[in-house]
Amino acid sequence: MRIELVKRPQRSALFSALSPFIALALTLVAGAIMFSLLGKNPLDALYYYFIDPLREVWSLHELAVKAAPLILIAIGLSVCFLSNNWNIGAEGQFIMGAVAGSILPVMYPDFQSWVVLPLMLIMGMAGGAAYAAVPALLKTRFNTNEILTSLMLVYVAQLFLDWMVRGPWRNPQGMNFPETRNFHEYAILPEIWASSGRAHWGFIFALVAAVAVWFMLSKTLRGYEVKVLGQSPRAGRFAGFSSAKMVFFAFVVSGALAGLAGISEVSGAIGQLRPTISPGYGFTAIIVAFLGRLNPLGIVAAGLVLALSYLGGEAAQISIGVSDKVARAFQGLLLFFVLGADTLIHYRIRFVATGSRKLEASHGNA
Amino acid sequence: MGMLEAILITIATAATPLLIAAIGELVVERSGVLNLGVEGMMVMGAVTGFGVALISGSPWLGFLAAILVGALFSLLFAFLTLTLVTNQVATGLALTLLGLGVSGMLGESFVGLPGVKLGSIYIPVLTDLPLVGKFLFGQDPIFYLSLLLTGSVGYFLFRTRAGLTLRSVGDNHASAHALGINVILIRYLAVMFGGACAGLAGGYLSIVYTPQWVENMTAGRGWIALALVVFASWRPWRVLAGAYLFGAVTIGQLHAQALGIGVPSQLLSSLPYLATVVVLVLISGNRRLTMVNTPASLGRPFVPDR
Repeated sequence: MRIELVKRPQRSALFSALSPFIALALTLVAGAIMFSLLGKNPLDALYYYFIDPLREVWSLHELAVKAAPLILIAIGLSVCFLSNNWNIGAEGQFIMGAVAGSILPVMYPDFQSWVVLPLMLIMGMAGGAAYAAVPALLKTRFNTNEILTSLMLVYVAQLFLDWMVRGPWRNPQGMNFPETRNFHEYAILPEIWASSGRAHWGFIFALVAAVAVWFMLSKTLRGYEVKVLGQSPRAGRFAGFSSAKMVFFAFVVSGALAGLAGISEVSGAIGQLRPTISPGYGFTAIIVAFLGRLNPLGIVAAGLVLALSYLGGEAAQISIGVSDKVARAFQGLLLFFVLGADTLIHYRIRFVATGSRKLEASHGNA
Repeated sequence: MGMLEAILITIATAATPLLIAAIGELVVERSGVLNLGVEGMMVMGAVTGFGVALISGSPWLGFLAAILVGALFSLLFAFLTLTLVTNQVATGLALTLLGLGVSGMLGESFVGLPGVKLGSIYIPVLTDLPLVGKFLFGQDPIFYLSLLLTGSVGYFLFRTRAGLTLRSVGDNHASAHALGINVILIRYLAVMFGGACAGLAGGYLSIVYTPQWVENMTAGRGWIALALVVFASWRPWRVLAGAYLFGAVTIGQLHAQALGIGVPSQLLSSLPYLATVVVLVLISGNRRLTMVNTPASLGRPFVPDR
């Protein structure tokens, strides 16, 4: 038996809407099989992964804390991916945004005023954007593959942060721990609703960014330009759009959002810089972007799903003793199913018995 | 053994996994497929190679398992991109993310355990030659295999009919299809060869280079291998040169760290990554070199018409 693809006359609206759900369902089935192999009751495991974290108010706050960076980064990535710019270095832009945004509270701790926080957010965005501009510059100026350069810069950023917190920025009163001083109260991003949990304003930023980028993509000429240049650079050139400018636009927008995610995480959730400030948000956000079908509003939902997988990983480790590493495997699996299910949007899948192929060939296929 | 020779040997050990993974990816890309999952296949090879060698006590069974797992893992990518025609860039990324996740899960019980080592070969008289004896005749068997692999892939691609067929698929899949060549089958085989090589390269890391398992122990080497293919403009012998250049940078910065030359160790550790960026800029800036050699169908989807 063979699998054969038949191109649909036009993209299927039905499968366009269904494909993320098909992918989620397949991931759950694969997850159940995986847990059975690990010797756990699959229903129990899936319950602790996907239902248990949603039962308490504080836990919903944690969901928002984890979802905020994922959504912010993924929204920026959607602009990149739609315009055919493969920025996979968001993890590095997240880190550089966090470092740039931390300059004021770490180096000038005595400068305490309400202007500090807005300045930190702006500097965080600028830091992320500047770091993302490097692969954009190399791509436009030297024709360098942006996938490889943006990824290499992730390792450089991680090492840079490590050096900063162990070296020049180490807390003078910190007993030699590799961390910066704690941010003062004016440098802390406040909670949305402090009496019930930890969720901070980063989640609000994510929602605002989602609506803003959705508006830009669907209602403005710039958004049209993003999609035209992504699908057909040639057509874009005839329309007078500059693909070099688009490379910069996409990278700078996504770098700024990743930088905002970085400084929000540090000032909202952590309160200081440490050698590691992200459990791979920049890479998981790639999965979020595709699961959300590169649509900013879809990305909000997808960000919550992936945030749930982080929380579920922790919950399952505590309650049934499954390693939290399983969550990473889950996330990778999900992206596979998402990409596979997307095939249904453009193609009908036909299963062909091997015998019929010869018959077809004898009809003068050539 | 002299100091210089010792350094040469460590450079060879650092370069060998890069060389093997990059040669595999070179064949994949020559067939017109861009598999960005090298890092994921490599880390899967590292964890299974380490685990099987540990349990069986035989490094050779470890290598065999690493090769098999690499090839099987690449089949996932092949099925999605070749049969379901998904985007190759996104699917390659998915393979890397999945590999890093699954290997972390599988390897959890291996953390901190000492690995099984692979000895070096010894040929009486030759290995004892002064200056070059140990470098030429006294290294681990996989080192020799990597050189043999480079030579055979070069011969296969440019001196055999099958190699010509593979390159034609990579340069113009529509014409190749019209000539009756089974484009999809050839690409499946190429992707699996690349997976097998990446798996072996990963096994080399966890059995020879640092005989232990650490999560994410590939540390970007799969991506550097991808960059090497571009650097080498899709030519096997240039991959060899590139891999040894990177081996030299890696070992050079380690020696500089050990000497404590007053530069932060993190800056030195970032040198191989920065060098990758610099090298890519230098090569890609030369449009003629890259344009001529890039397989023309690289990364483009193919659906046979009927």
